[in-house]
Amino acid sequence: MNKIANKQEICNVLLEASAQDKDIIVLCSDSRGSASLADFAKKRPAQFVEVGIAEQNLVSISAGLASCGKKAFAVSPASFLTTRSMEQAKVDVAYSNTNVSLIGISGGVSYGALGMTHHSANDIAAMASIPNMRVYLPSDHLQTGKLIQALLQDEKPAYVRVGRNAVEPIYDAATISFEMDRAMVVNEGQDVTIIACGEMVKPAKDAAMLLRSKGIMARVLDMYCVKPIDEAAVIKAAKETKAIVTVEEHTIYGGLGSMVSQITAAHYPTKVINMALPDAPVVTGKSQEVFDHYGLNAEGIAKTVMELI
Amino acid sequence: MNLQLKACDIRKDIITLIHRAKTGHIGGDLSVTDILVALYYKHLNVTPENTADPNRDRFILSKGHSVESLYCVLADCGFFPKEDLKTYSAYASKYIGHPNNKINGIEMNTGSLGHGLSVGVGMALAGKMDRLDYRVYAVMGDGEMEEGSVWEAVTAGAHYKLDNLTAFVDRNHLQISGTTENIMMQDKQEERWAAFGWHVISVLGNDIDALDEAITEAKTTKGMPTVIIANTTKGCGVSFMENQAGWHHRVPTDAEYEQAINELNQRRAQYE
Repeated sequence: MNKIANKQEICNVLLEASAQDKDIIVLCSDSRGSASLADFAKKRPAQFVEVGIAEQNLVSISAGLASCGKKAFAVSPASFLTTRSMEQAKVDVAYSNTNVSLIGISGGVSYGALGMTHHSANDIAAMASIPNMRVYLPSDHLQTGKLIQALLQDEKPAYVRVGRNAVEPIYDAATISFEMDRAMVVNEGQDVTIIACGEMVKPAKDAAMLLRSKGIMARVLDMYCVKPIDEAAVIKAAKETKAIVTVEEHTIYGGLGSMVSQITAAHYPTKVINMALPDAPVVTGKSQEVFDHYGLNAEGIAKTVMELI
Repeated sequence: MNLQLKACDIRKDIITLIHRAKTGHIGGDLSVTDILVALYYKHLNVTPENTADPNRDRFILSKGHSVESLYCVLADCGFFPKEDLKTYSAYASKYIGHPNNKINGIEMNTGSLGHGLSVGVGMALAGKMDRLDYRVYAVMGDGEMEEGSVWEAVTAGAHYKLDNLTAFVDRNHLQISGTTENIMMQDKQEERWAAFGWHVISVLGNDIDALDEAITEAKTTKGMPTVIIANTTKGCGVSFMENQAGWHHRVPTDAEYEQAINELNQRRAQYE
């Protein structure tokens, strides 16, 4: 079982890269522990900035640093980072076009029973609605590492959401392929396509295995690049398979499902079912209990597919 | 250079710009003019030629609605042709109603209040990290002090002892709906900033010599950031605009325009 949480992998990549690149700056809002960045703070004190519990300041300071040539990584719980600081993300990061990566940790319903204050079930909608802001939800720690390495190579704003706990890997370290802003085909199939992002890719992949045993061949796309979304992969799926099911740890409105539906409606109308969290405070429970409650698991996804085709 | 004369000319440019385009925040433009003149013509080491120099000073107009004042100063300093301002607020122009960093000489986009000082904290931190001696200046309005995020930045500036950072509060006592005192209590600005650990200088903010001295004092203050509380007059320089909340963003009629220019010409003659 993998023990490296995606947020830990972010720290690992930044720690390694920052040994050579002194312009990499990590900022936290009293979140170094929850972000797994205590190690970074300890080993690279000159490249670490603590702003205290002040997420708006976190994002604006990051933008100021970036405008002076720094590669700023602002790391804070996704719930506070994306909506409390949305104005700063819009103006100081996206509109001013500064080299800031906003890293939302413990995203979605990671915080489980801590309740809606700590859930970020609308972060995709919030961040994707900002022009010049990219949105990424990597599925496992290996892909997370590739993504952060790629972000270090460009100078554009981005929002990255990762969960709280270690998740089972989707990819193999030796064979993982990664291309920026291109969906990864996790499973080939011609009957139906399941498009998932973030930690929903694993149950989508498992659902494909369940469906295979029933003779249904499901294509699974890891749409870690929610924005800019891989339109070509969506259109291809619409053309080549009978229907599409989207799965995301996000409210039903304005996330991956909405975007996929928009693309298919415009380019190749096909049946698209969106599996997501409801437009309501979610049920109390650990994240897996929340997923199970709403059918956001392998069995639930397989059931939706079978009812569809 | 006679900065008083320069300030008169910039005020005339501002009023002409707004009168021509039929839009702009004239009251705040006129209150902040002397701060911009003192900075751009005396203190900032920013020129049209060095806008990519890592060691240039950084200026942020956090009260972004006073952009007409900044445009007129930047154009006069040669950052872009004065002719360009004929497109101000026109269809497809980059000269919009708030600072836009696609324009030469403008560092950051502002307009949403309460961001500029935080951005300035980031720029000042970068200067400390890189051991560069550039300075960072952020100009805010007094109504802007109502934004909570300002005080996050004030706290961080003092925490990191950013003596390369200078904040200005354009204290003209007016905001769009009336006096700052009636909208939300803004008294004791000096005590507030001092309590957060800033070096505080309170000056007459439409007196260029006083501003010049205050900026010089800020440059030599070590171990803490400096705030210059600039006690200004909104609409400064035009009698019928002074201290009138209604002139926050009113556009002068042709007759008002003529009178304003005449008054500024008379003011200019006094300094010659």
